[in-house]
Amino acid sequence: MRAFDYTRAESLDQAAAALDPAASVIAGGTNLLDLMKLQVMTPERVVDITRLPGLDAIEPEGEGLRLGALVRNSDLAADPRIRARYPLLSRALLSGASGQIRNKATTGGNLLQRTRCPYFYDPAMACSKREPGAGCAAQGGVGRMLAIFGTSDACLAAHPSDMAVALRALDAEVEVRSRDGGLRRLALDELYRLPGDRPDLETTLAADDLITAVILPAPVAGSVQAYRKLRDRASYAFALVSVAAVIRMDQGRIGQAALAFGGVAPRPWRDAGLEAMLHGKTPDEALFREVAQRLTADPAPNPDTEFKRPLLRRTLVAVLREATGLAQPSIGTDATKDAA
Amino acid sequence: MTQTFRMDKPQPRLLDETRQGVIGTSMDRPDGPLKVSGQATYTADALPEGCVHGMLVRATVTRGHLRDIDRDSIADIPGLLAVVRDPRFLRNPAQGMAGEAPDQPGDRIDYHGQPVALVVAETFEAARDGALRLKLRFDSVAAEVDPDHATEVEPQDPTESGDWNAAWSGAAHQVDVVYTTPCHASAAMEPHAAVAEWQGDRLILRGALQMLRFNRKELADAVGIPPEQVQILAPYVGGGFGSKLGIGTEAVAAALAARELGRPVRVVMARQTVFDAVLRRTETRQHLQLAADAEGKLLALGHDDRVSNLPGEEFAEPVSSASQFLYGARATRFRQDMVRVHRVGAGSVRAPGEAVGVIAIEAAMDELADALGMCPVELRLRNLPDQHPVTGQPFSARALADCLREGAKSFGWSDRQAPGARQEGDWLIGMGMASAARPNMLVKSAARVRLSAEGAVVETDMTDIGTGTYAVLTQVAAEMLGLPPGQVTVKLGDTDLPGASGSGGSFGASSSGSAVFLAAKKIRDRLAAKLGCAPEDLSLQDGLARGANLEAPINDLLAGEVLVEEAEIKGGKTAESHFSAGFGAHFCEVAVHRWTGEVRVRRMHGTFAMGRVLNEKTARSQAVGGMIWGVGSALHEDMSHDPRTGHVVTRDLANYHIASHADIPRDMQAVFLEERDDFANPLQSKGVGELGISGAGGAVLNAIHNACGVRIRDIPATPDRVIAALEAAGR
Ligand SMILES: Cc1cc2nc3c(=O)[nH]c(=O)nc-3n(C[C@H](O)[C@H](O)[C@H](O)COP(=O)(O)OP(=O)(O)OC[C@H]3O[C@@H](n4cnc5c(N)ncnc54)[C@H](O)[C@@H]3O)c2cc1C
Repeated sequence: MRAFDYTRAESLDQAAAALDPAASVIAGGTNLLDLMKLQVMTPERVVDITRLPGLDAIEPEGEGLRLGALVRNSDLAADPRIRARYPLLSRALLSGASGQIRNKATTGGNLLQRTRCPYFYDPAMACSKREPGAGCAAQGGVGRMLAIFGTSDACLAAHPSDMAVALRALDAEVEVRSRDGGLRRLALDELYRLPGDRPDLETTLAADDLITAVILPAPVAGSVQAYRKLRDRASYAFALVSVAAVIRMDQGRIGQAALAFGGVAPRPWRDAGLEAMLHGKTPDEALFREVAQRLTADPAPNPDTEFKRPLLRRTLVAVLREATGLAQPSIGTDATKDAA
Repeated sequence: MTQTFRMDKPQPRLLDETRQGVIGTSMDRPDGPLKVSGQATYTADALPEGCVHGMLVRATVTRGHLRDIDRDSIADIPGLLAVVRDPRFLRNPAQGMAGEAPDQPGDRIDYHGQPVALVVAETFEAARDGALRLKLRFDSVAAEVDPDHATEVEPQDPTESGDWNAAWSGAAHQVDVVYTTPCHASAAMEPHAAVAEWQGDRLILRGALQMLRFNRKELADAVGIPPEQVQILAPYVGGGFGSKLGIGTEAVAAALAARELGRPVRVVMARQTVFDAVLRRTETRQHLQLAADAEGKLLALGHDDRVSNLPGEEFAEPVSSASQFLYGARATRFRQDMVRVHRVGAGSVRAPGEAVGVIAIEAAMDELADALGMCPVELRLRNLPDQHPVTGQPFSARALADCLREGAKSFGWSDRQAPGARQEGDWLIGMGMASAARPNMLVKSAARVRLSAEGAVVETDMTDIGTGTYAVLTQVAAEMLGLPPGQVTVKLGDTDLPGASGSGGSFGASSSGSAVFLAAKKIRDRLAAKLGCAPEDLSLQDGLARGANLEAPINDLLAGEVLVEEAEIKGGKTAESHFSAGFGAHFCEVAVHRWTGEVRVRRMHGTFAMGRVLNEKTARSQAVGGMIWGVGSALHEDMSHDPRTGHVVTRDLANYHIASHADIPRDMQAVFLEERDDFANPLQSKGVGELGISGAGGAVLNAIHNACGVRIRDIPATPDRVIAALEAAGR
């Protein structure tokens, strides 16, 4: 770890004023500190936002909820409103990391956690995410955890967050505060950038922007939600692939469907074309296979991740079968309830 | 001078006669409270006055030379003391029981990740900063890193018997398959660490090490001083699994830096360095050929394998070790190719040989049972040899048949159905089994026991690497001396104490326990004389001595005297006359998800016969721990190397997956059958931990097949491999 200055922000203004490209926000620190120890991230200044008031609440916002940026992953997953109306989010959170880490990890930090590409983690390896233009050692390397969608020649990395995949399926927005105090809301696709030739630029945030909250719209009434995560062991591993689904059935037909995919792209992946294929249809395994086929039509950019195509396909079919009632729901597939 | 006792003939089963009643019980570890309250001082926990911190720096080329070190590149770090570089640095840790320094390559680099320098600073943080930023220049040459394509292949001497062609060609059933296993990391919880301090010409090293008697010689040889000037302390070791058998790069670097700087130096490996530079288990490619007649009698058994190591390293994973004695066949063949690659060196990792070899032979046996349409348990029962098929030795004690039968009964094996027949929702349920076997060893070991009015003290340089040595040696001494365990103190992990076997090869408890047994027996004999009875009439219990109608408190017999006895044991004629091994049988039930290929172990029973159980609880922990490693090797563990540089890509425990709690079912049982191995040692006990691993992964693979009808021959059986097999089978 390099020596760094530490600032404990007392107000949002003070936090923003302390931020510049050489500084990093620290929230739970579960990702930042690991990366600092390895000198993958070397901020000169660390701005601690954990004492800022008012960012750790879950509050009603219209028909939905406002999740403060400092709400802990474990608190969010356990919140009765989340469990009843957004069970998918709770499932996604609980599928991530470990109990200890979730107790520290925050909503804002989870969204902005960095990729787990092993070549990004090893400063001896070329990585354009660490050093623009340096090249990508993952090309031709060991790539089990890499992405299959949205990659570029400069970067094959996948976004590791489970929570973000759930949020993408729930159409959540991120509330961002700029230095002048102005607030704006970004859909996740507006927050995360695809790598192109600048994989170091992962989001559209400015150095002195702060995430203050995540806004959940009202859940789809009467929907079934599912989060299914495939990984190399039963717990405490990042997703090889994951599928988030929100499905509302309408008299035996699929009335509404939202699907998001994790472990496969530099940001939570969503494909409106797939959802359109499902709308108005009666659930049918052949249809689900067709949808899954279309999702994974293109070859993987790296031979090591070729396996993610059949894995994603089959996982999607399994999720759709359960969420539409073709098969018995298993753990991770829940009917939403009205928050009493 | 103590005379060394040689195990030349079976010894009386004295521990079946003694009265204290602690041997074999589930006694708690005496060191348990210290450990769970964080008070046990592991290597890195105790810092001598003025201790500074060193961090290893790795080579970032695969093969070549270190040209120079740009010390200026980190000169700005406050508290930086030195960049230590010494031709005596080790290329890799010593192999187990080497007793001498491993390769000291000077400026030569043989693998990406090789430790080449030590940055020393006043604080750990500054040292780590310096180690990560230090600029090194290398000359680099091309290197072979992939065993599948490497050209330097050294065939080892084959072991063959019978007429292979005759046995193979006419057989009614043949299985001819290739299994592969990846590299494994030991993955001990405690990273490798050393604290070195010089007192004049004397080197005192606190180390995370398993075998101090050997480590002392290795360290002395590496540094260039006589072993008498080296003292090693390792009172508590946070797991080893083979990775701390030999002296490590961190220990030699700490010793040399401490000398150079004139201050104590602590070196703790970063987790990444543990993966980069500690000996791995080789990947294997195993070719299994089994032929049987229509009744399931094995005619031919071939187990050829390919392993790898760094150039010059002698260790070769004994992959087919158990295949040579589990079953007999008319013709057998065991061949091994050693491939030289520039990857971090290979060495002993928990159950070298059996951990990967028994998976493959037991999976191939399952394939043969399938081909025969025979119950896999029955196939094994039909092929148990009368004696060691290669050496012709009789077995000292082999309850494999009992393990197979008892295990099948307690598990409910008779409920097993045809592949793919059992389904619960989207989960396919299957059962599998495998035999377990692991050769047992007795390694030279000494111990001292003193008995006084305060109780007994046991002293040996034996280590407790989390296995329960403190508990087991307490029990042996308490049992022999008729004392409540609370009156026995065990002192371990100090080379100034009598030299023991160390912890490795599952021989530690039996070997060091036998030395304690013999020393305590001498004290018993002296107590018998004091009481006035023959030694065989003496009975000791709760501080009271009885014999020949006489009775006296032990303390009265001592009358203020302190009785001190030392004993040493080593293997003798019984090791040649008989073949001693632990045996067992694993039964396992898994669920395989028909869409996603996920595998979940639902229950697993291991039934073992490994001689006398010295402590029911620590033995169970060892056996169940071994089974868990077995599950992990079947389903998760996979150390990946970059195909271009050979460096380890899975460099931390987030990427290198060992089984998590959620992977292990609640119904995970180890059952011990009553056994005494009279030829093993005076305790009649055998090794436990590695026996638990042996075959466990094979049972999991076989259960996968029974669940969904596909064979996974490249392990681990991760979801992608399972669905690839399912899709290939049209499912
Ligand atoms: C061993 C391990 C396993 C894990 N497994 C999983 C897993 O399976 N699934 C999964 O999803 N995650 C997993 N994680 C990652 C974990 O979820 C993240 O580390 C955690 O969510 C990050 O939150 P934090 O508050 O600790 O972030 P920090 O480490 O504090 O920050 C992370 C980043 O976000 C920035 N940041 C934080 N808050 C804000 C804010 N309000 N505004 C602007 N920038 C901000 C920081 O500057 C930093 O760059 C794992 C982590 C570990 C260590």
